[in-house]
Formats: sequence, C-alpha cells, structure tokens
Amino acid sequence: MRLTCPLCGPRDRREFYYSGSADYLTRPATDDAAGWDNHLHLRDNPAGETRDLWYHETGCAQWLLVTRDTVTHVISKVELVAK
Amino acid sequence: MSQQDTGPPMRYSGFNVIRQGLSGNKGWTPAWRDPAPKAEYDVVIIGGGGHGLSTAYYLAKNHGLTNIAVVEKGYLGGGNIGRNTTIVRANYFLPGNSEFYSHSLKLWEGLEADLNYNVMHSQRGLINLFHSDGQRDAFVRRGNAMINQGDDAILLDREGVRKHLPYLDFEQTRFPIYGGLLHPRGGSARHDAVAWGYARGADQRGVDLIQNCEVTGIDVSGGRVTGVQTTRGAIRAKKVAIIVAGRSSQVAAMAGMRLPIESHVLQAFVTEGLKPVIDHVVSFGMGHFYISQSDKGGLVFGGDLDFYASYAARGNLPMVEHVMEAGMTLMPMIGRAKVLRSWGGIMDMSPDGSPIIDKTGIEGLYLDCGWNYGGFKAVPASGWCMAHLVATDTPHEYAARFRLDRFRTGHLLDEEGTGSQHNLH
Ligand SMILES: Cc1cc2nc3c(=O)[nH]c(=O)nc-3n(C[C@H](O)[C@H](O)[C@H](O)COP(=O)(O)OP(=O)(O)OC[C@H]3O[C@@H](n4cnc5c(N)ncnc54)[C@H](O)[C@@H]3O)c2cc1C
Ligand SMILES: [Zn+2]
Repeated sequence: MRLTCPLCGPRDRREFYYSGSADYLTRPATDDAAGWDNHLHLRDNPAGETRDLWYHETGCAQWLLVTRDTVTHVISKVELVAK
Repeated sequence: MSQQDTGPPMRYSGFNVIRQGLSGNKGWTPAWRDPAPKAEYDVVIIGGGGHGLSTAYYLAKNHGLTNIAVVEKGYLGGGNIGRNTTIVRANYFLPGNSEFYSHSLKLWEGLEADLNYNVMHSQRGLINLFHSDGQRDAFVRRGNAMINQGDDAILLDREGVRKHLPYLDFEQTRFPIYGGLLHPRGGSARHDAVAWGYARGADQRGVDLIQNCEVTGIDVSGGRVTGVQTTRGAIRAKKVAIIVAGRSSQVAAMAGMRLPIESHVLQAFVTEGLKPVIDHVVSFGMGHFYISQSDKGGLVFGGDLDFYASYAARGNLPMVEHVMEAGMTLMPMIGRAKVLRSWGGIMDMSPDGSPIIDKTGIEGLYLDCGWNYGGFKAVPASGWCMAHLVATDTPHEYAARFRLDRFRTGHLLDEEGTGSQHNLH
C-alpha cells in the first residue's frame, strides 16, 4: 500500500504511522463527557469509505487526513491536516 | 434432515470408530441438522462463530432455554473461529480479566468430555520470552497475578529456557534472551473443531443453526427488540444477541448504536508439515512474533495487526516481512521451512483491549464483542457468561467488568497499558 503525501509524493506505507479515525480531529470541551467518549472511543467503523489520520513519520512529519476504502484498500484522497 | 429421521444423537467414541470402520463407515449421521428458520424464537443469536455457538450451547445446557436460533450469514466456523492461531491461555493480569480467563481455561480442561467432541486441546505449555530487566520485572508481576488467581506460572532464567527451547538463537547480542514466563497449562486447540463441537452440542439440545442467513435489520419497537430481518425472511424474537466479532459495528448500527470498536486485519501463516520440532507455544518479547506447531506438523505463526482499520480478510506485505524477520531473529532454524499459506481475519478492536459482554440501551438486545485478537481462548467463558446475561438479565460475576459504558465512565481494563487507541492492544 502507498499513500501519496501532498508534500512528499507517493510513499510506502511503512513511512506512515496510523493513528485512527478522523474523530480525533474533533476536540471536545474539557467538561463534555459525551464528546470525549466520541473523541476517544466510539467509532462509525465503516466497511467502505472512511477518513482517518496518518502521520508521515519518516517523511515530512505532517499529519494527513486520508480518505480510503477499508474493504479494497483504495486510497482516494490525502490532505494535510494543517492548512 | 431432522433429528427424528436420524434417531437419537450419535455418541462419538473409540468403540464407534472401530464399529463404523468395520461396517464401511456408512453409519455416521450429520453432526447437526440444517433447519429452515421458524417464525419466532425466544432468543435469536446473530453470528455463528465460536462465541455465538458457545452462547447457544450454554443457554440450552445451563439455563434450559432451547427455543433458540443461531443465524449465520455464511457457514459455521467460517469467521475468525476458523482463522485464528489457537492459543489458549490464562495469563491475564488485571482483576476483571484474570478471573474470566481463568474460568475459561477451566472450561477448556473439561470441554472434550462435556461436548463429546475432540477439540484437540493440548496443554503443551506457553513460554513468553523476555529480553531485558524491565521485561523480567513485568513478567514476575504477571506471574504472581496468575498464581494469585489460582493458575500456574513458572519463571525461567536463560538456562531454564534453553532446556525447553534449545533451538533459539541465544548468542545474539541485539535481543539477548534473559528468560521466559512458562505457563504450563497454556497451549492450543483445533480451532474449527471448537465451533463444530459447540454447534453439535447446541443442535442436540434443540437449537436451530441457520446458515446462509444474513441479518439485515434489527426490529425495535417502543425501546424493545422484537426480532430481526434476514435474507431468509423476518424472524420474531423475545431476545436478540449480537455476537459478530469484526462486523459488530455494522450489526449494532442496525439498532442505531455506535460502538467503541474499530475493525482491523490480523494475519497468520502456516508452513508445510514438518516433523515435531516446536513443542510449546512460544512468543518473542522484542518483535511481533509467536509460534506453535500444529498436530499436522505445520508451523503456525503470526504477529501483530496491520495497524490500520480494515475489512479486507487479507493483509499487506510490511507485516509479512516484519513477522518473518522477527521469526528469523529468534529461531533461525525455521528459515528453510516453506510458508504454505497466509490469511487474515477481521478483529473487533476495543479502545482498552478488553471485551464487552453487556446489555444495550434497548431492552432484550445484548452485545458480546471487543475480542481483539484474543477471543479464541475466551470462547467457553464468553458463551458461559453471555448465556447467563441473556437468561437472567444480570452480568455473570466473571464478566462483571466487561461493561459497555466503562469507556465513558473511565473504568477501562487496559491490560497492556497502551491507552485509548483501538489498534494498540
Ligand atoms: C489470524 C488470527 C489469529 C488469532 N489468534 C488467536 C489466538 O491465538 N488466541 C486467541 O485467543 N484468539 C485469537 N484470535 C482471535 C479470535 O479468533 C477471535 O477473537 C474470535 O474468534 C472472535 O469470535 P467469534 O469466534 O465469535 O468470531 P467469528 O468466527 O468471526 O464469528 C462471527 C460470525 O458472525 C457472522 N456474521 C457477521 N455479520 C453477520 C450478519 N449480519 N448476520 C449473520 N451473521 C453475521 C460472521 O459470518 C461470523 O461467522 C485470532 C484471530 C485471527 C484473525
Ligand atoms: Zn510527507
């Protein structure tokens, strides 16, 4: 599997660290218990298109938002989290 | 064929093997019926994997409930129960996990007699290797927790390990072997035989095992479950149990639930058959690698997840490479063995690595999931405790901490201490 980093181009999967679902981008307020449950634990976990966070660990050290298919492993979009 | 056609259920025995052998093996009867779904059951179990089948068996055996259907979208034993690397152990550390897996191992020890089925349970001993002082301390602590629970653990030093596993690369400087924690009652079993044994036992008690029947909807009315929609029609039910491992999120979504589960692929490998060479189950403490030898002679080994969420029942090459490297580092003697097959299974990963056996917010709807990659050894106790929950509406004492709301309330059971990230357990 390869991901096309917007900064580095197509790179081997081994250069990236998978963190988890894009739910990690929604940061709840400190006293929002349900929000934290959504942030840390609950997942849509689709069999099909999903969006998740990858870190280009041995490349540009950017966090990436990846749109891909969990059944076919086809990657359709890779964006920088930091705009 | 129904049971009436075949007479009383057949008992398996050495005597029967000889008798059938002498009469041309014509007298064997099917191990279970193939019934069409009835319009209504007291309990519908979604998922005919190890956990669904053991739940059905113990509902019938322990609680006398027999108007039950197990509804399976494929064939019995085609999911993770037939894809795992079959390690059975009770070496957990945390209260909550420890008593549960201890109970499971005790059930394993009586399983073949109970089911009248050879599941090839082999207590050949499990050795977890350690490679640093810190790891030794952690294993001493784990071993003491196991002994406190009433299970067995023996700390081996380097020479002690050498006596059991002379073929390891003891001379290497990169990951020196300091010793190992031996769990003599740990071992393995034949995975699909466990599914078949429970299936046969449940069927003999009147449970309908319905294959090629996918659940496509869960009917809820007024906060109560009333039945399921399937590819073979609607089935009414007083109670419904979701026991579908890697597909938990999809099935729970049919009842409007969002679960603390992320599905990941885990790979495994088997070599050509070899003469007996690896007597134990061995795990490497410095890379993702563990191995045992099947009764057919194949070396069965595996490593960790591919690490990204996936429903493809096949893995990617980086983990294949890592597992092979780790295996060669630990025991170079396996380098000549040819790998015959590799495959993957879809794991229901929870954010703390521990399972869920609980009621849901919907009355009559129950959930058993979050087995990560350790659900094979749990098959007996999970069925035992899930059956108790479904039958009595109260959690079993050995599964009392496997609550669905523990994530929100902060009562996590993080056995490995790796934090709230689904792929790190
Ligand atoms: C490679 C690998 C190695 C492993 N090694 C070990 C090990 O050494 N030790 C250990 O303890 N555990 C191990 N495991 C984990 C263990 O196999 C699983 O945790 C356990 O089998 C999961 O429970 P199950 O048997 O009920 O799952 P499954 O057998 O997957 O059963 C779930 C069933 O639900 C069915 N289903 C899904 N959706 C629907 C629907 N909509 N309608 C009807 N039916 C449906 C599926 O078809 C499936 O048959 C391993 C797993 C893998 C993949
Ligand atoms: Zn990059």
